[in-house]
Amino acid sequence: MGYTFDFGAVFDRAPELFWGSLGTLGVAVTGMILALAIGILGVAARTSKNKLVRAPVIAFVEIVRNTPFLVQIFFIYFALPLMGIRLNPTATAIIALGINGGAYAIEIIRGGVESVSKGQVEAGFALGLHKTDVFRLIVLKPALRAIYPSLTSQFVMLTLTTSVCTSIAAYELTSAAQRIESDTFRSFEVYFSVTAIYLVISSLMMGIFALISRSYFNYPTR
Amino acid sequence: MGPIGENELFFLLQGLKWTVLLAIIGFVGGGVFGVLIALVRTSRNRFARFLSSSYIALFQGTPLLMQLFVVYYGVALLGVDVNAWIAVAIAFTLHASAFLGEIWRGSIEAVPKGQTEAANALGLHYISRMKDVVLPQALKISMPATIGFLVQLIKGTSLAAIVGFIELTRAGQIISNQTYRPLLVFGIVGVVYFIICWPLSHIGSGLEKRMAKAVR
Repeated sequence: MGYTFDFGAVFDRAPELFWGSLGTLGVAVTGMILALAIGILGVAARTSKNKLVRAPVIAFVEIVRNTPFLVQIFFIYFALPLMGIRLNPTATAIIALGINGGAYAIEIIRGGVESVSKGQVEAGFALGLHKTDVFRLIVLKPALRAIYPSLTSQFVMLTLTTSVCTSIAAYELTSAAQRIESDTFRSFEVYFSVTAIYLVISSLMMGIFALISRSYFNYPTR
Repeated sequence: MGPIGENELFFLLQGLKWTVLLAIIGFVGGGVFGVLIALVRTSRNRFARFLSSSYIALFQGTPLLMQLFVVYYGVALLGVDVNAWIAVAIAFTLHASAFLGEIWRGSIEAVPKGQTEAANALGLHYISRMKDVVLPQALKISMPATIGFLVQLIKGTSLAAIVGFIELTRAGQIISNQTYRPLLVFGIVGVVYFIICWPLSHIGSGLEKRMAKAVR
């Protein structure tokens, strides 16, 4: 193989990759917040007694979880302008990520809420705890602890999914990589380096999530 | 705006053929390597365990799209003249092997330790202990997660579109550009994915519920 690697082309464009990484983080974190909001509202609607409120949420979750993100983002990208909403690609990407992550968040959070047993709540009241304390200490904290691992790994996955947003030219790391590639033709070097950057980003996120978990859920379970 | 006629639908169908084929290749290839990864990951050799866990971390910590790009251009650098879709198939096989390896590691570890100890007491050596005692039980435990990953993989094949590979999503993109009917076309494409993935998801969650009941 007569190929000489040249990572110089990548180093020359390091600032672009840096800003692209910040773009990825920005899109990912905003998408997560939106996903969390959709997740919480969705669970409230999903557990409603009214079937007409419940059914659309179930349909939403099933549709989003069984179609590819790329198709979703294309659909949203072309549907929003028809509804009179004109947004830049990055804002569209955030909405698409929020909707996608939201559907998964609904399922995860619902599982956590259901995991808190009724007897625990009754025991809390029997001990004379105030209503807010029962909710905060007996319902919320254990439920958060139960969903924390799957919710955070879903968020890490969401961060990796942001790379797909390059297909509508959102401002993030992969689109920066594609620009550099088309200027320098150093395809392998560019994508290899950017893959390494993604690995750093996702490892950092996992580390931070683990740290939060260790300091907040640091009580023994039994 | 152009109409969506027989030709367009036929083109989508051809794309669907590649989507299904890619998913099957990824799942079968990934399954074969995945078993090896899972076995190495649960072996006694520390160095082997370290290697396999790094492999898994690498694939779980980077976007599938980047994996496609790196393999796609990496294979080209080797100087072998392979066509696009062999490169894409290699990428999906590697990706799936990491995820299935991790799922199956968990399942192997979930088989009660007494089973391994009993097999040892009976004088079974490693291969027959794994083949006849541990793996059949692990396979059963892993079914819901394995089917769940299959759904992820089918959806993931859509990313081959970004590398220029004409599967279902890329076919939809092309037709959308020709007919100027993006909503209809991507609606159809979405429905097709849904028809494939939804039954699988339901089989997976059904199995999960049944197993949860069995444990209780």
